[in-house]
Amino acid sequence: MSNTVLSIRNLVVDIPTRHAVLRPVDNVSYDIAAGEILGVVGESGAGKSMAGNAVIGLLNRPAHISGGEIWLNGNRIDNLPREKLRRLRGKDMGMVFQDPLTSLNPLLRIGDQLTETMLTHLDISRSEAEKRAVAALEEVGIPAAAERVNSYPHEFSGGMRQRVVIALALCAEPSLIIADEPTTALDVSVQAQIIALLKRLCRQRGTAVMLITHDMGVIAEACDRVAVMYAGRLAELGPVREVIQNPRHPYTDGLMGSTPLASKGQKRLRQIPGSMPRLGRLPAGCAFNPRCPKAQDACRIDPPPTMEDGRAACLYPIEIEKKVPA
Amino acid sequence: MGNAALDPGALSVKNHAMLAYIIKRIVQSVIVLLVVGLVAFAMFRFVGDPIDNILGQERTQADIERLRVELGLDQPFVVQYWNFLARAAQGDLGVSYRQSRPVVEILLERAPATLELAAVSGAMAIIFGIMLGIFTAIRRDGFAANTIMTISLIGVSLPTFLIGVLLIYFFSVGMQFTLFGQTISTDLGLPSFGRGETVKIGGWSTGFLTESGLKALILPAITLGLYQMTLIMRLVRSEMLEVLRQDYIRFARARGLRERAVNFRHALKNTLVPVITITGLQLGSIIAFAIITETVFQWPGVGLLFINSIQTVDIPVMAAYLMLISVMFVAINLVVDLLYFAIDPRLRVDRTARGH
Repeated sequence: MSNTVLSIRNLVVDIPTRHAVLRPVDNVSYDIAAGEILGVVGESGAGKSMAGNAVIGLLNRPAHISGGEIWLNGNRIDNLPREKLRRLRGKDMGMVFQDPLTSLNPLLRIGDQLTETMLTHLDISRSEAEKRAVAALEEVGIPAAAERVNSYPHEFSGGMRQRVVIALALCAEPSLIIADEPTTALDVSVQAQIIALLKRLCRQRGTAVMLITHDMGVIAEACDRVAVMYAGRLAELGPVREVIQNPRHPYTDGLMGSTPLASKGQKRLRQIPGSMPRLGRLPAGCAFNPRCPKAQDACRIDPPPTMEDGRAACLYPIEIEKKVPA
Repeated sequence: MGNAALDPGALSVKNHAMLAYIIKRIVQSVIVLLVVGLVAFAMFRFVGDPIDNILGQERTQADIERLRVELGLDQPFVVQYWNFLARAAQGDLGVSYRQSRPVVEILLERAPATLELAAVSGAMAIIFGIMLGIFTAIRRDGFAANTIMTISLIGVSLPTFLIGVLLIYFFSVGMQFTLFGQTISTDLGLPSFGRGETVKIGGWSTGFLTESGLKALILPAITLGLYQMTLIMRLVRSEMLEVLRQDYIRFARARGLRERAVNFRHALKNTLVPVITITGLQLGSIIAFAIITETVFQWPGVGLLFINSIQTVDIPVMAAYLMLISVMFVAINLVVDLLYFAIDPRLRVDRTARGH
């Protein structure tokens, strides 16, 4: 991959508890190139957010990185001391959270939150930062930005606040953005706008994006490649079109089958029987085997192969067949 | 909604709403004071007979009648109440039965002692309370923070008079014990009663300017402020822990802000909104609770005056004290409400229009 911004190698996150060590992220590897949007999809608790938090260094104790490596722009960052990692946050990697209503400090003007972030990371004067704050708001499509700089968060609607959050995450021009379900808390009508905005800004600046979501629509709309996670492990990784049209992992196939598509005109949606096992109750072998329609004896003994050769972590991947494009 | 800043008239609308709110609060305060005034006034009628108290055993019926007219006790209740309020509003709170001097004069003489004591212990409670609260919240699992939290239980649970007596025992009387063959005394020579020497500046007698005055302040101020300090500290800690869990703190961290900026600029300011309410009310009770501390340390303030006036059924003094304390509480509440506006921009929008 040319121009790799983020590279995650065999990342393992552990949460020690009184009874056992839980492993919300297990041996996950993927790369994101400059200007590329990688979708990370999976059910709640699949470890997608946990992986994002591990990258930006905001895991809540007692969760911690216990294996693997994280490389950002050619530098290893998973073992950096706290203060050095803090300097990278905001400057080299930004994060957008799910709920724009609670992401902004209610007592500070948005202009102050913007300038504060820039002054922390960039070597510029206060007046220059104030100028850039207005420009940043204009760029994310806030009307009358010069006046709105002085507004407080509660004076904005939800969609506008998420635009402000994006402006904040991007204001020091990081090379990586981790967007953790950035549209989940928004009205459906606003979701598409926010995704389009994120996509446009990152394409323009060549920012790499890790877009964490459980919405396949968002993935199809915005992403170049998609990583499907299940029970902390990577199930499938590949270009969006291929994964959507020809899923090779039975779990991905089930996920696609359970997504309503207006064009297909299905009567009933397929569903995957059962539910994702809780951490610490993972079955032996492939974590998906109790729910898998194709599971064989071998699936119950050995963990599936890692993703180095094929793109699905499955012993018996679905053969590629020519489906009629939707 | 959400476009307040785009609307050119928005600012004046906001100010208008704020003004209306302030006027509403002032009207409420006046009603509260009228009710308290009624209670204070009722004491004249129902707690003992002032004529008995003033004239004593040797009295004639003519004396009684004359004094009754002189004190206006022959008039209807409502008229008396009105006269009482009218005089109180002009700063005339009657004449002390005991000292035969205007109550206002006595109060003004005593007020500096109480106010200085309250100011010192209030400042101590706020400064140390907030600092320790922040410290114990940020170093949540640290040894020092846990130790402070444990010790603070003492401050919350020991009654004020006991703290006062213990402080006198340790640092004024002095406890002696032997350590490694040496006798050590905890006596710091701090006075256990009175204000020490005071200096008169205008009508105000201050103990801040003499060494003995400052020394005399130490033990009473600690006694009075310790409870408030631990309360403020525990409140700041729990609020701060709550705020540190919020998304905007995570987002501030995700933007790589310095730990100090996250803790003090983002977290502390959000912590202060609820803390101000409690702290404001606590400052009121510092003056009200001063009664106990002033009694323990024989501190010549209004609290001690009040206790003595109860013993001698000096109703005008009691009534005046009641009025004074209630005026103070109402004033503090008003200031607290106005401080909200200064800190929290969300309140500056017209609340009735937003429906909550």
